[in-house]
Amino acid sequence: MRYSGWQVLAQGITGNRGWRPAWRDTAPKPAYDIVIIGGGGHGLATAHYLAKRHGLTNVAVLEKGYLGGGNVGRNTTIVRANYGLPGNSEFYSHSLKLWEGLEQDLNYNVMHSQRGVINLFHSDGQRDAAARRGNMMIAQGDDAILLDRDGCREILPYLDYDQTRFPIYGGLYHPRGGTARHDAVAWGFARAADRRGVDLIQNCEVTGIDIENGRVTGVQTTRGSIRARKVGIVVAGRSSQVAAMAGMRLPIESHILQAFVTEGLKPVIDHVVTYGMGHFYISQSDKGGLVFGGDLDFYASYAARGNLPMAEHVVEAAMTLMPVIGQARMLRSWGGIMDMSPDGSPIIDKTHVEGLYLNCGWCYGGFKAVPGSGDCFAHLIATGQPHPAATRYRLDRFATGHGLMDEEGTGSQHNLH
Amino acid sequence: MLIPCPQCGPRDIREFTCKGHETYMHRPSPAAPPEAWDDHLHNRDNPAGPTREMWHHVAGCGAWLVVERNTVTHAVTGAMLAREVAR
Repeated sequence: MRYSGWQVLAQGITGNRGWRPAWRDTAPKPAYDIVIIGGGGHGLATAHYLAKRHGLTNVAVLEKGYLGGGNVGRNTTIVRANYGLPGNSEFYSHSLKLWEGLEQDLNYNVMHSQRGVINLFHSDGQRDAAARRGNMMIAQGDDAILLDRDGCREILPYLDYDQTRFPIYGGLYHPRGGTARHDAVAWGFARAADRRGVDLIQNCEVTGIDIENGRVTGVQTTRGSIRARKVGIVVAGRSSQVAAMAGMRLPIESHILQAFVTEGLKPVIDHVVTYGMGHFYISQSDKGGLVFGGDLDFYASYAARGNLPMAEHVVEAAMTLMPVIGQARMLRSWGGIMDMSPDGSPIIDKTHVEGLYLNCGWCYGGFKAVPGSGDCFAHLIATGQPHPAATRYRLDRFATGHGLMDEEGTGSQHNLH
Repeated sequence: MLIPCPQCGPRDIREFTCKGHETYMHRPSPAAPPEAWDDHLHNRDNPAGPTREMWHHVAGCGAWLVVERNTVTHAVTGAMLAREVAR
């Protein structure tokens, strides 16, 4: 069923009895051309673009839990293209352009809202860095506006401009950035892939990868063995475990990243705002909750929940920047499992096994990458060549030292990003 | 999370920083081939379950510890001084 305003009207006057499930709940077939391991945002997007761009529909997406139950449901929903380094710059620019046409493409309301992202700065040095980053974004063809203190005060009146410790000097405004409804992104891609004939198989955990003579031949799962000519691994927080089934040891450490939401409030925050002197960023969901987060807990974890020290730090930073938040009550917090790479940038590449492809290392920036990652991974799997927007996401860059993308300038080493 | 520092007793993790997996205890020789250094610096087993890690008691006694911890439950099951592990 194609969704439209007419459908809403027609269903509304007939008691909403005509709606059907958005996708089929399929059992695995014995063989597929392509098997995608991981039914999260990136895996579902990969399936969609394989079907849409490359006409490949004999595809299965295998998910060990339920669709969208991993990191695509455990993030802070921010979409932006404000990267500086070659590699990341063109990739996130490509991804943002896909976001801008996504709802028409998927025939699904993902509630993409280009409300603007503002990265605040608090010193002359940070202002210089922001100006430089803004120029890089403009050179990439995206948008950036350098706001001074008064410019910030005009659109962000609720911040504390009088504090003396970390005064707000201004902000880098990225108007095309914003947010989207995280679950709807997973559901939209799932439905669009399903409509083109892709099988979405839930409760199907991959337990082994079959390799013969250096070539992948299929996967073992909790629902039986499935043959496949090509297999894509795109499992975020479980990358190391699944890659180990193919004898690989990845440059990945899994860390916990926490986020928080308050009770629903009337509209107060119109944009996405990041604090430049503490680990804190915030936006307001369409439901009214203030959604905010900070930095990693900085130890390896698969627990999908964090500890109090980082929660405390985030709340302290929040109170420093916008004391008004102290009147809100925190509703809940959660943690996502971040597949951290040494340089903080992702990997979309072939592996040493013919027909086996790897997509991982999204660190704490995977949500905005969903369409771009799916498009580029689908291109790699379908054609054997990297997509022009993702040529630098090579797995071997750590071994060779060539083409490292250390966006924060802290060094290509674990625990620095 | 409390880490049982052998010198200070159980202490809050706010006093520590985590360096990462205890692979750092097994540094290749300077003459080792680049592959060994790549493996040492970048590649990780990244276990979901029991692990051994380097923690620095930076706001305490300053010792480097090898901590046994579970990455799924966050349970800390032991800590030893790194210099004793290295012996």
